[in-house]
Amino acid sequence: MNRPAFSVDRLLNTSAAWLLALLWFLPLCYAVWTAFHPAAFEAHFVLTAPLTLENFEEAWAAAPFARYFFNTFLLVTLILICQFVLCTLAAYAFVRFDFPGRTILFTLVLLQLLVMPDILMVENYKTMRLLDLVDTIPAIALPYIASGFGIFLLRQTFMTIPKELDEAARIEGASFMGVLSKVYIPLAKPTYLAYGLVSVSHHWNNFLWPLIVTNSEDTRPVTVGLSIFSAIDSGVEWSVINAATLMTSGPLLIGFLLFQRQFVQSFMRAGIK
Amino acid sequence: MMRRMALKREWIHGWLLLLPAMVFLFAFTHIPAITTFINSFYSTPRGKRAAKFIGTANYERMFDDPVFWQVLWNNIWFAVGTIPLSIGLAIVMALWVNEKMIGRSFLRMAFFTPTVLPLIAVANIWMFFYTPGFGLFDQLRSGLFGLPSTNYLGSPDTALNAIIVVTVWKEAGFFMIFYLAALQAMPVSLKEAAQIEGANRWTIFWRITFPMLMPTTLFVTVNAVINSFRLVDHIFILTDGGPDNASALLLFYIYETAFRFWETGYGATLTVALLALLSLLAIGQFFFFDKKVHYK
Repeated sequence: MNRPAFSVDRLLNTSAAWLLALLWFLPLCYAVWTAFHPAAFEAHFVLTAPLTLENFEEAWAAAPFARYFFNTFLLVTLILICQFVLCTLAAYAFVRFDFPGRTILFTLVLLQLLVMPDILMVENYKTMRLLDLVDTIPAIALPYIASGFGIFLLRQTFMTIPKELDEAARIEGASFMGVLSKVYIPLAKPTYLAYGLVSVSHHWNNFLWPLIVTNSEDTRPVTVGLSIFSAIDSGVEWSVINAATLMTSGPLLIGFLLFQRQFVQSFMRAGIK
Repeated sequence: MMRRMALKREWIHGWLLLLPAMVFLFAFTHIPAITTFINSFYSTPRGKRAAKFIGTANYERMFDDPVFWQVLWNNIWFAVGTIPLSIGLAIVMALWVNEKMIGRSFLRMAFFTPTVLPLIAVANIWMFFYTPGFGLFDQLRSGLFGLPSTNYLGSPDTALNAIIVVTVWKEAGFFMIFYLAALQAMPVSLKEAAQIEGANRWTIFWRITFPMLMPTTLFVTVNAVINSFRLVDHIFILTDGGPDNASALLLFYIYETAFRFWETGYGATLTVALLALLSLLAIGQFFFFDKKVHYK
């Protein structure tokens, strides 16, 4: 009897959801529109507008984006490898070993969730100058490689692995490092994938610290390169800026659209710990 | 004796495994936090003149600095503007995406996509919407209502709000994911029981769903609060803190002080203020939510 009321309710709900989703999607659609059409159509929406790749060509030629991409790629890979190694070892220590200072050290690890390296940029910059690393890719990476979040996430995962598996491997004669590589790491694969995706997208998008610590084309990641490119007031056209914008976010965006499910699940997994 | 040795060896193994991570953690988080505090009592070294101890002079300067108070208020307004709105939207989005709705995967994609974009790119995209006369907002205003053009980013009354809108757009989908995970883990039996009892959707949400989402809300709020002091990338593109610091936030002001005016001593003092604020908020949140969260 209250079927019809329910349908109206449902209809309203669905339309509201769609309205919000379209609103949310609009900015990106707009960027795609301007990037693929000549400048004359950037505020003039007709379906017959000619499609073009010129904006991309122009952006690519106007700034060393190839170099920026290479730098970002190097940066993201470096951070990811180091994070995996350091966080795995640390998480394993917290889960499997009993030693004095364990609780205090773990608290210190968690503290990094609140006090991120970005906030301490003044001191970290001094450190980099001291190490003579300013304007290098390792300088961008180093503050992030011991990630409190990564250690925490892997520790939570390792804790769910049954002790029996660990003991069985030891009885078979595996060393403690053997147990780590044969039991813990393979069983934590989904966590590595999740953490990897979160880490890559975070550092691909990171801006403030790279801006501070780099000052040449040879080290700048795409985000800093893009900000410099679009800050040139002198008549770079909107369509070209939007093409550059899409280009820099392109790899992540395409990756996301292709592996949507994994992405969303990874972020979920990383969030619920 | 043998047990002693085994214990000691276990200690050493533990410490050794932890060593690399701890070295970097201390080098780039804990030690800088301490030296920031120490340096906040020193003057900025210039040329051959080394930093010298000046007591609380930097702090006195900070308390007398109208720009500091302005960016602090801006930051509070930014937090008040972004946190409840993005969390509210995130809950609504998650409820929608969790239902069996037409085009559910499109909805999810539309909401989540801003999350994977760099904040710098987001700012570039939105820049166009805000451009006076030419931008989409102005075209809508003049097209629909015949209103004159407005400079959203160039006027002190609207610049910060414009930045808040961009931030909410970027963040809501990210928070949605956590709510979605929580909703999917929630037992349906409770909801069904309530439906049989004749409870409407509104009651079910406020009496059952929302209280059960509390742990997620705590987690998301902590994240949102930290983000509200950390997200400044888009300011560089959209307003550069202007006009007259109307849209500058605390971390942006620290950057300006330390890396544009090269006043690292005062920059350290401002950083201490930010760290103190973050710690206070963390402690406050912990106690506030501790009473309200229903853990299973």
